Amino acid sequence: MARQFISGNEAFASGIRLAKPHVISAYPITPQTVVVERLSEMVEDGSLRSEFIHVESEHSALSCAIGASSVGARAFTATSSQGLLYMAECLVYASGGRFPIVMMNANRSTALPWNIYGDQRDSLALLDCGWIQAYVKDAQEALDIALMSYYIAENERVSTPFMANLDGFVLTHTYEVVDVPESDRADLFLPPYETDNRLDLENPRNLAFSAGPEYNAAFKYKEHAGMMNAKQVITEAEARFERIFGRKYTGLIEEYRTEDAEYILITLGSIYPLACETADALRTEGVKAGIIRIRYMRPFPAVEIAEAVSGAKAAAVLEKDISFGNEGTVYTNVNSALHTAGVRTVTSDYIGGLGGKSISGNDIRHIYDRMMSGVSEVRFIGIDDRSGEGGDAS
Amino acid sequence: MTEILWHGRGGQGAFTAARLAGCAYAMKSEDCYALAFPSFGPERRGAPIRAFTKLGNSGIGDRSEIEKADFSIFLDDTLYTESAFSELKEGGIIILNTKHDISRPGLYCIDADAIAVETLGIHITNTVMLGVLAAVMSGRDSEVITMGDIEKAVRLCLPAKIQDKNTAAAARAFEEAVSMKARRVQ
Repeated sequence: MARQFISGNEAFASGIRLAKPHVISAYPITPQTVVVERLSEMVEDGSLRSEFIHVESEHSALSCAIGASSVGARAFTATSSQGLLYMAECLVYASGGRFPIVMMNANRSTALPWNIYGDQRDSLALLDCGWIQAYVKDAQEALDIALMSYYIAENERVSTPFMANLDGFVLTHTYEVVDVPESDRADLFLPPYETDNRLDLENPRNLAFSAGPEYNAAFKYKEHAGMMNAKQVITEAEARFERIFGRKYTGLIEEYRTEDAEYILITLGSIYPLACETADALRTEGVKAGIIRIRYMRPFPAVEIAEAVSGAKAAAVLEKDISFGNEGTVYTNVNSALHTAGVRTVTSDYIGGLGGKSISGNDIRHIYDRMMSGVSEVRFIGIDDRSGEGGDAS
Repeated sequence: MTEILWHGRGGQGAFTAARLAGCAYAMKSEDCYALAFPSFGPERRGAPIRAFTKLGNSGIGDRSEIEKADFSIFLDDTLYTESAFSELKEGGIIILNTKHDISRPGLYCIDADAIAVETLGIHITNTVMLGVLAAVMSGRDSEVITMGDIEKAVRLCLPAKIQDKNTAAAARAFEEAVSMKARRVQ
């Protein structure tokens, strides 16, 4: 294990180097660029033996990865924001074809207004594309997820593409301490990709065909089942990871001081450590605060969230997203989980960090103040507060 | 936690200085943590930029920009104004690269350009200012970066052909800053 001082993008690239994809197809976009630059350097200096294909667009980047996967190759690509949206058509080809491609997405705002900074509207807008969606909290988890993603996606019970999301800039461009595992340890963890779902001259078959009304639903049912199976396989992957590397991950969600918590903040991504620090401070003031981090938005941890929230007086979602005309998409998903499980905790939605706006510890404290007042609301942090008319967005 | 704010112009290496400082501290031991990042966004040569280094003895959760610093370091004195003091914690210190000698509590002035030209042959003062920082930091109780730590970070982070002269530049600045610090105490 080598202790290195590297950025989130570099950590993810290091994880991909350890996973040894056969094909990397890439088109650069801020703030993802560094991950593919580092991979191209690794291919150039021979530390990674992959076919690196610099394509002419994001649509082509994912099409190329689909082509590679369809002959049984391990494939990687990366993108962000408008690039991810441009890929949207291909996302469903990859998931419908059950091609276990891994893609890193640097979470970034979507146009207009044009903005290159981080929020999570890009990936959350594409929740229904049939990709596993993970959201990481720091550079170490970025590296570890890069390696684990192939184990999960390629498992034959899953056979589903995997999108690993890193907050743009605050995670992709921040340098921090990361333990980079040795290559032979990584080989122990990750078996080679073996599949029947490929074009093979010895055993010819048809892939990526049409299916009319009679059979279509059966394909979609199986696609859904594969995604649901990922829950179990994520647990298996993390147990295996811990055995080999000693680092523990906690499945679809991560919890902090929720056991006896009366007020729970639910969030995702790199804001989590600051939320935990704020919960510690609130606890010293007598507020029973707890934090839930959603690590996977798909498959969605409905049961896990309901269990963790059950018993709390109030729960608030803090998300970098808005589904215009409704509310934040994370909030919709959380409320559905709580309702289905019969959990009656009062909930609210706080929308912040849009277009890269920093979320401070004070912003989080303010959410706790609102939670303790017993309201249920949808609020834009820093905008509804300024106007003093909190109900506008509800 | 120790927070260091770097001010420079695009091309002067302020972010590299922030990264070297973070790496220097983080590589001291398993209990040393650091974050380093630039002010995010498009980069332009000559445009003012800020960079940030946070040092601590446990994981650092707050990834937001530093509002109040322990050390605020200016690679370029055209960026320095009185308002720099409002970005300091109590007891915070400003280190300014300038040919002028401004006498003010909490302000260290050094002609880093002269040292850089002499040792590196170029007006890039980031490793010079890192050496000054090590001198100014020495003797404090909490997070400290030594010349040995800087040497290690330079080896890990900079291209091989510029490592020796950058270490020499930092060492030369360190010595000059140590004697400057001694003169101030007298």
